[in-house]
Amino acid sequence: MTDSATVWLAIAVAGVGTFLIRFSFIFLFEYLSEVPDGVERALRFVPAAVLAALVLPALVIVDGTPSVSLGNERLLAGTVAAVVAWRTESIFATIVVGMVVLVGLQMLL
Amino acid sequence: MSSRRASFLDGARTVAPVMVGIVPFGLVAGAAAVRVGLSGLHAVGLSVLVFAGASQLAAIELLGENAPAAVVVVTVLVINLRMTMYSASLAPYLQEFSTRWRAGMAYVLTDQAYALSVTEFRADESVDRKWYYLGTAVPLWVVWQICTVIGVVVGARVPESLPLEFAVPLTFLAILVPTITDSPSAVAAGVGGSIAVIGAGLPLNLGLITGAVTGVVAGLVVETGWFR
Repeated sequence: MTDSATVWLAIAVAGVGTFLIRFSFIFLFEYLSEVPDGVERALRFVPAAVLAALVLPALVIVDGTPSVSLGNERLLAGTVAAVVAWRTESIFATIVVGMVVLVGLQMLL
Repeated sequence: MSSRRASFLDGARTVAPVMVGIVPFGLVAGAAAVRVGLSGLHAVGLSVLVFAGASQLAAIELLGENAPAAVVVVTVLVINLRMTMYSASLAPYLQEFSTRWRAGMAYVLTDQAYALSVTEFRADESVDRKWYYLGTAVPLWVVWQICTVIGVVVGARVPESLPLEFAVPLTFLAILVPTITDSPSAVAAGVGGSIAVIGAGLPLNLGLITGAVTGVVAGLVVETGWFR
């Protein structure tokens, strides 16, 4: 485990950086008339791209290598959860169903 | 103009149903930190200083894997970059307030507070914007902190056989799905996720960042029609 002081440093710098991101245009608006169009268009894709880049490896990678098969319990549970997320748009329902399916599969297999 | 109190309560009423999603998310933010070996104080520190769920969970995962601090910071900032868009979108509505108030409002900015407030500002010009915004944002902040603490306490007692850490990608998944609203955003997600899987073995978690950047570019390309 990384030592505690290093963890705090990472948390503090990430916190200050995140605040600056939040404050950016709210602060700068006095000096800027509008957001550059290209920036706004690119930023629109950030949530989808980043979240997918976080989710897919967590579901697909098993012991360091990609595994797309019925033996991959996390991928199966994640697929069911994705359907739930799509139908309900509920974070709560998505987590519960995904966890139940994963635990169920692990008990069966 | 509506009174401060009425506007704050209006905001708080609007945000109430959102809490159903925030509570488990906050619990996971606390529990996951303890699960990977961070202290409860680290978990609370993340919730107070960063206060952005998806990026906190990513930071927790990386810290648990002993990733270098710089990688943790860059990952958090990349994930939170979307909030520059919220900041830009809210800026004209908050222009009239002092720098100090705007800094405070920026600190509590979240996906939910942004989405609810900007909708109200567009619909009703008479609302007290500062207090309506704070009515949506402050209850989220309070509930988030409480849930983090509960997650820390409960998380340590959850049996190892329960794969609680799987709630982390599930939470991202639940936020991801509604962001896919058209074909360019679907391409951004598909390319971003695929490149991240291919690059999963790269050092410094470069797979995630490469995936994210490639996904954004792919979304722009499709939207612009450059590939035709």
